[in-house]
Amino acid sequence: MANKSRLHIPKPSARPGDKPDFSYLELSPAGSVDKPSVGAKTRDIEYLSHELVRVLDDDHEAKGPWNPVLEPEKLQIALRWMLLNRVFDERMWQIQRQGRISFYIQATGEEAVSIAQAMALRAGDMCFPSYRNQGLYMYRGMQLVDMMCQCLSNTRDMCKGRQLPIMYHTKSGNVFSISGNLATQYPHAVGWAMASAIKGEDHIAASWVGDGSTAEADFHHALTFAAVYQAPVILNVVNNQWAISSFQGTAGGERRPFAARGLGLGIPGIRVDGNDLLAVYAVTVWAADRARRGGGPTLIELVTYRGGPHSTSDDPSKYRPKDEWAAFPLGDPIERLKQHLIHDGHWSEAKHDKLIEELKAEVLAAWKEAQQYGTMTEGPYLDPASMFDDVYAEPPKRLESQRRRMLEVYRDKGDL
Amino acid sequence: MPQMNMIEAIRSAMDVVMDKDPNVIILGQDVGFFGGVFRCTDGLQRKFGEHRVIDAPIAEGGIIGAAIGMGVNGLRPIAEIQFADYIYPGFDQIVSELARLRYRSCGEFFSPVTIRTPCGGGIHGGQTHSQSPEAIFTHVSGIKTVMPSNPYDAKGLLIASIESDDPIVFFEPKRIYNGPFDGDPEKPAVSWASHPKGEVPDGHYTVPIGTAEIAREGSELSIITYGTLVHVATAAADAMGVDAEIIDVRSLSPLDVTTITDSVKKTGRCMIAHEATRFGGYGGELAATIQKDCFYYLEAPVSRVAGWDTPYPHAFEWQYFPGQKRIAAGIRRVMEAAA
Repeated sequence: MANKSRLHIPKPSARPGDKPDFSYLELSPAGSVDKPSVGAKTRDIEYLSHELVRVLDDDHEAKGPWNPVLEPEKLQIALRWMLLNRVFDERMWQIQRQGRISFYIQATGEEAVSIAQAMALRAGDMCFPSYRNQGLYMYRGMQLVDMMCQCLSNTRDMCKGRQLPIMYHTKSGNVFSISGNLATQYPHAVGWAMASAIKGEDHIAASWVGDGSTAEADFHHALTFAAVYQAPVILNVVNNQWAISSFQGTAGGERRPFAARGLGLGIPGIRVDGNDLLAVYAVTVWAADRARRGGGPTLIELVTYRGGPHSTSDDPSKYRPKDEWAAFPLGDPIERLKQHLIHDGHWSEAKHDKLIEELKAEVLAAWKEAQQYGTMTEGPYLDPASMFDDVYAEPPKRLESQRRRMLEVYRDKGDL
Repeated sequence: MPQMNMIEAIRSAMDVVMDKDPNVIILGQDVGFFGGVFRCTDGLQRKFGEHRVIDAPIAEGGIIGAAIGMGVNGLRPIAEIQFADYIYPGFDQIVSELARLRYRSCGEFFSPVTIRTPCGGGIHGGQTHSQSPEAIFTHVSGIKTVMPSNPYDAKGLLIASIESDDPIVFFEPKRIYNGPFDGDPEKPAVSWASHPKGEVPDGHYTVPIGTAEIAREGSELSIITYGTLVHVATAAADAMGVDAEIIDVRSLSPLDVTTITDSVKKTGRCMIAHEATRFGGYGGELAATIQKDCFYYLEAPVSRVAGWDTPYPHAFEWQYFPGQKRIAAGIRRVMEAAA
């Protein structure tokens, strides 16, 4: 039966044991893609959805019309944020491996996405992140110790022990609460942006999903609503090539880039080198400017690579070559920005190593502080009675009665 | 006092709240220029403009998802889902997002969306325009579920829903939009004009969510019901000459347990009636609550009358609908059981 099947089953270019093969990725030379005005008609800029906007070339030079020409100090700050993201992730990964937290997700190899885009947006713009956007929270002012306390579900946990680790939120920083359900935040971003337009404000919204989640209905709902109402929103697809074990072709990426998903609706798409901080920054500024001027939504596909496992519960050696990241033609975003700064004479290996040591110390100090608010095995503990709060604005009678009954049975966390 | 049918009362509720609060907006299919397939939003776009009464694409998940985002950004959206039967594409947004947002963000984020949706059969709608899926929503913590049975309650409960910071699924039993219905499809239609609950104040008032109402006092048994069946049950009890106390639950979650159990303790007999399918239905929750609180007062087992556990069949609508005959049989079961 199987050998008679004429069905097309998408297959990745390499599985474990195979030589990594990224020949399917179409790359444009750095600096080669034209930069249109933000008022350009979608049909005149369709090329942006299948070419690849790149600023940094293989010799670490910034070139072309998309070069945002940022001050070296600003780039050093960007490098610092990306490094902090990575150092933090490495430490939290270790902590999970030691059994001190239950779960973790790292952004390894994708740090430029959150950091460059956070830099390109204004503080009043609202972010609706995916679970690999911890860099947004960091950049928008969330303290490392607060992120750690969330992962520990301890007494300082902003989620009061209700959410899986990494599902942060910050109202004051304008970064939304992370859901475990994929792509659900996409229509929220569009609705938020519609409200901004209705109120006559110039704040925009931005949201992020992975290549895999573009298959969800919510992705398509969001694009439709964004196009229909010309909502001031940036819709980002972080194409890191892998959705757990299924490669981007399983989500429909084999024949046309994800950036082209909106063209049928008249939404311009930009395919950008997601590991090139300068390019990501530049296209995000372009899309934000377009949205703020009433030009409607932009779909940005950030081509990158998931350098680590999907999460601490995943083992990618079972489904992809171990050395695939090393062969990824767009490299590592941190290394590329570092080399660019060194090339321009604004950074050095010694400064880089020193910065890493500083950041490691900062993360370690935060971890020491975080544990004082409780760990999984040692108090202080959250009050389990708080689980009945915030289901509604005011608890209805039946929740108050359940709270009382729960407390009759479980006096404290140790009494199970 | 003005007379209104349920459509006018629902429209009046939105009109009053939109006058009062510029952040209230309406989003749904055909709600704007046309005024809704059941006319509930008729005239509201003319009055409040197309930026506040917004025609939406046919994507229930998109309507609810966008409404959530609008709510997070300070608006107070009313999302209309044209038929309750079409709410399922938005189910994930309701259950995983709308219902959970306050909880998962510990109150930092919430979205005060009211989802209005017509439900129930008796309009020759077949299985895709007749469903009563309320129990699917009462099962979800974080949302409130409401179903009025008359124009006065519809307006008061809808205003309370829109003004509530909690998300609410507001079911409108469409068989009684234009008049109370006693379950006999052969009889000429009756309008709300002759019904005391058809008297509806023009201005702002609320009926608190979480309160049941004694629709009619009685002494021999309690009939716990809501929506269209409030009227069918009343007619059935009258026809039998039984002095039934009719409790209109109207707020399914949160539930007004006291009004229900006080009644059952008084009468000692209880029948539960709803149009939705029985198995795993809302009546099971009511029965469990009643047996727990009223066990030693009961003189007969609690009886349930509900829709059959099948999809709503188009050609056999009146064999499916829990009409007077089936309700009468349920009353007899309770009344004839030995004390």
